[in-house]
Amino acid sequence: MREFTYLRANSVADVPAGATIIAGGTNLLDLMKLEVMAPDALVDITRLDLNRIEPHEGGLRIGALVRNSDLAADPVVRRDYPVLSRALLAGASGQLRNMATTGGNLMQRTRCPYFYDRRMACNKRDPGTGCAAQGGVTRHHAILGASDRCIATYPGDMAVALLALDAVVQIDGPAPREVPLADFHLLPGETPHVETVLKPGEVITGVTLPAPVGGEQRYRKVRDRASYAFALVSIAAVIRMEQGQISHAALAFGGVAAKPWRDGDAEAVLLGREPSDALFAQAADILLKPARAFGDHAFKIPLLRRTLMATLRDATGLEATA
Amino acid sequence: MTLTRHLRVDGPNHDDRLDLMAQGVLGQPLNRLEGPLKVTGRATYAAEARPRNMAYGVLVQATVPAGKVLEIGDAPGALAVIQDKRMVRYAAQGMDEKGPTSGPDRIEYMGQSIALVVAESFEAARHAAQNIAVRYKSEDVPVLPDAVAPELPPKKQSAVGDVDKAMRDAAVTLDQVWHTPSQMSAAMEPHAAIAEWDGDQVTIRAALQMLSSNRKQMADALGIKEKNLRLLAPYVGGGFGSKLGINAEAVAAAIAAKQLGRPVMVAMTRQQVFDLAHRRSETRQRIRLALDGDGRLTGIGHDVLVSNLPSSEFTEPVAQATPFTYQAAQRQVVHAVARIHRGCAGSVRAPGEAVGVTVFECAMDELAEAAGIDPVELRLRNIPDVEPTTERPFSSHMLAEALQEGARLFGWSGRKSVGQRVEGEWMIGMGMAAAVRVNMLIESRARVTLLQDGHAIVETDMTDIGTGTYTILGQLAAEMLGLPAERVEVRLGDTDFPPASGSGGSFGAASSGNSVYLACEEIRSQIATVMGCNEADLTLQDGVARAGNVSRPLSELITGQVTADGHLQPGKTEKSHRQATWGSHWAEVAVNRWTGEVRVRRMMGVFACGRVLNEKTARSQCLGGMSFGIGIALTEAMEHDPRDGHAVSRDLAEYHVPTHADVPALEVHFLPERDAYVGPLQAKGLGELGICGAGAAVLNAIHNACGVRVRDLPATPDKIIAGLGG
Ligand SMILES: Cc1cc2nc3c(=O)[nH]c(=O)nc-3n(C[C@H](O)[C@H](O)[C@H](O)COP(=O)(O)OP(=O)(O)OC[C@H]3O[C@@H](n4cnc5c(N)ncnc54)[C@H](O)[C@@H]3O)c2cc1C
Ligand code: SF4
Repeated sequence: MREFTYLRANSVADVPAGATIIAGGTNLLDLMKLEVMAPDALVDITRLDLNRIEPHEGGLRIGALVRNSDLAADPVVRRDYPVLSRALLAGASGQLRNMATTGGNLMQRTRCPYFYDRRMACNKRDPGTGCAAQGGVTRHHAILGASDRCIATYPGDMAVALLALDAVVQIDGPAPREVPLADFHLLPGETPHVETVLKPGEVITGVTLPAPVGGEQRYRKVRDRASYAFALVSIAAVIRMEQGQISHAALAFGGVAAKPWRDGDAEAVLLGREPSDALFAQAADILLKPARAFGDHAFKIPLLRRTLMATLRDATGLEATA
Repeated sequence: MTLTRHLRVDGPNHDDRLDLMAQGVLGQPLNRLEGPLKVTGRATYAAEARPRNMAYGVLVQATVPAGKVLEIGDAPGALAVIQDKRMVRYAAQGMDEKGPTSGPDRIEYMGQSIALVVAESFEAARHAAQNIAVRYKSEDVPVLPDAVAPELPPKKQSAVGDVDKAMRDAAVTLDQVWHTPSQMSAAMEPHAAIAEWDGDQVTIRAALQMLSSNRKQMADALGIKEKNLRLLAPYVGGGFGSKLGINAEAVAAAIAAKQLGRPVMVAMTRQQVFDLAHRRSETRQRIRLALDGDGRLTGIGHDVLVSNLPSSEFTEPVAQATPFTYQAAQRQVVHAVARIHRGCAGSVRAPGEAVGVTVFECAMDELAEAAGIDPVELRLRNIPDVEPTTERPFSSHMLAEALQEGARLFGWSGRKSVGQRVEGEWMIGMGMAAAVRVNMLIESRARVTLLQDGHAIVETDMTDIGTGTYTILGQLAAEMLGLPAERVEVRLGDTDFPPASGSGGSFGAASSGNSVYLACEEIRSQIATVMGCNEADLTLQDGVARAGNVSRPLSELITGQVTADGHLQPGKTEKSHRQATWGSHWAEVAVNRWTGEVRVRRMMGVFACGRVLNEKTARSQCLGGMSFGIGIALTEAMEHDPRDGHAVSRDLAEYHVPTHADVPALEVHFLPERDAYVGPLQAKGLGELGICGAGAAVLNAIHNACGVRVRDLPATPDKIIAGLGG
């Protein structure tokens, strides 16, 4: 860990552009110990008044400092947005969720082991040095939206559920703005070190959710052990049926790309149709058409297909025919 | 003068002396004595002492897989950068008498320690160590086991008859290859040491399992006399083999403390533990089994490939139990070693059997299926009467009982055929495996003092690595001396006390326990003399001695205190009898038919390990062992980079030991047993038996659930779906 200065912000205006925000610290401190991140200055935002969950335009506003454990347990969230609650509880451990914040969770960095290891070349950590993961151990890497510069994934769960719920990120700073979660994280392209649209000096103040859509909500996370592991693949699904036909389908995918992934075409094909294995296979085909894998993680393509089929069967009540 | 009662275990001991004692505390499920200290943070582990004026050292690690260190730059802000020829390249193996391989300027694997940075704070030292400039002359070296022609150490090969012929003549055969990955002990407490010199005397607080041999290693490594070195390890936060031999941190701490003239702590970070502690070697195991028409094995072949550094002598004894578990006239063990540059391989809990028995028991399951014989029955039909090849008798043999009792308790008869039990998305299956682990005794000494006030003190340099040694040695002394357990104080983990076996190889409890037994026996004789009776006629209970109709409190019989040493040595029974512990594992798993996730629903172990010294700590050992088995079967893999061999998963988020959610409520049963050939305690090792074969029960249950055989461990979802189809 490098020496750094520590400030405490009393208002968003106090957050200097050059300082790195610390909230729960559960990701940042690990990275600082390894000097994967080595900020000169930390600004602690935990005193800001950003820890409320409140009604917002028929939906909900979640403050950036709301702890993952509190958000998961909130009665309104559990009733109206159960997929969010389930995604949170599928992440990390009880101790970590007690510290982790909504803003910090959105901003958590990849778990690519080569990113964590300063002996290794990494375009995300040190732009232009190369990507040691390629040719190495890539069990956790991306099958969608990767570039030859970086094949890392966004590892989080909460954001996958938020994406399926059409959440919007509220940002304060020199020019306050709102960004749909779908546009918040960026694919690596030529600049894998640029992970979100957030600019220096900007602070996430909260996340808003539109009015609840109801329906069947599922969060399904497949991982290498039953708890306390990052997703190999995960799916947040919000499915509503009317008269035997699918009338609303929101599907978001984790563990497969540098951002929570959503594919409008794969959802559109489901709408107005009766559930069937053939239909679900069609959706999976569309989703996975652009998928690429070139190593240990090739299994994620069949695994995501199978998990999607299972999730859709479960959410629509379709009995397995296979 | 302290009298010593000495025993070499040259013959059987059938007197069941401990069963005749009156206190009734041995075997009781007492809580661990040091538990409250640990859960309230008052037990000081190696890195938790704070001698005045202590400085902090952090190891500098090589960033190339092999070569030479040409130059190490400065570390601004640090007190010192220390390179010393005595510093360690990789850890000593358990029971080594000599120091570990030294000379850190020569690099044998990526991450090797090459120097130490010392600073006023841990953070400053780590920062300097992480950023110091090092110039190397690097070399290209092989890091993949398949990339080299393996060595075949002549002593490790064995063959009787002709397995090829047995295979040709057999009614049913099995010939398959399995792979297990490198595994890490992942003890909760990272390795750490604090060294402090006083003139030419050095005291080192360390995280170590075997102090008496560690002291020899350390003295040799530092080039000092043993008598000038004291090791302290009163509390050790798990070892699982990784603290059997001294490692880089302890040697570096001693060198730095001498050079700086102040105490120095060197603690490994979690990532460093993954780089520097011994890994269990990855294995490739080909198993060939030949069966005749009556379901009897005629041939057994176990062909093993493991790896280690070119200069390390240790090779994972994968097929250790193969020669004596099942009978067959034709048998062959091939043991090959690939010399490659991954981190050093060494003992991890149950070296050999942990992966060897696990794979062998998977093979037996496949053979049973091919032959159409129930897996329990196949094993029962092939239990040898004497150790095959050597014809030695077994000191005890409980496999048949463990299999039969296990089948009954688990409800094995309710097992369905493959793929027949489905609950929604989940396919349910049952599997079983035999458990076997070699048993050893190691020379051990202990001192016991009985005070006039009715207290006793046990002293030995034995360690308690979280297993319950404090508690069981206290119970033993209490039983022998007729005292309530809380009247006995146990002092461990200090080389000023008599040297014990240390904790390793499942031999700790029985070896150190026998020495405490002997010391107590000597004290009992002295009391008997005062009482004017034979020791055998003496009853000690609740601080009162009785013989015939005479009854006197101990306080009247002792003036001041009585002290005696016990000294146990293994003897002829080591050779005259094949000693082993036995058991059986049973598992019921659910496999998700879409995602390939596996959940263990139920798991049970039945074990025979001689006398059980404390029902609770014994059970805990088995629970831990079975959890290790779940890890081996389902989750644990230390990945190596294919280009430079470095450990890729270097923390507990990425190296997946089983979590609570992976481990169901485990059931443990002990079979009553007294083994006469293992010393007067009649107790055998238990710390490792619970692992041996446990993973096979899980893997065999996966097959029963869904028809998939995973032979490349662990059985993660990708490997299950690859076999499922659809
Ligand atoms: C062992 C382990 C296992 C884990 N497993 C999972 C898992 O299974 N699933 C999962 O989803 N997550 C998992 N996590 C990640 C965990 O969810 C994140 O560490 C946590 O959510 C981060 O929140 P925090 O408040 O602690 O962030 P911090 O560590 O404080 O900050 C993280 C980043 O966010 C930035 N930041 C924080 N708040 C703001 C804000 N308001 N505005 C702008 N930037 C901000 C910081 O500058 C920093 O770059 C795991 C973490 C660990 C250590
Ligand atoms: S995949 Fe991305 S994060 Fe990982 S090493 Fe390559 S560039 Fe770095």
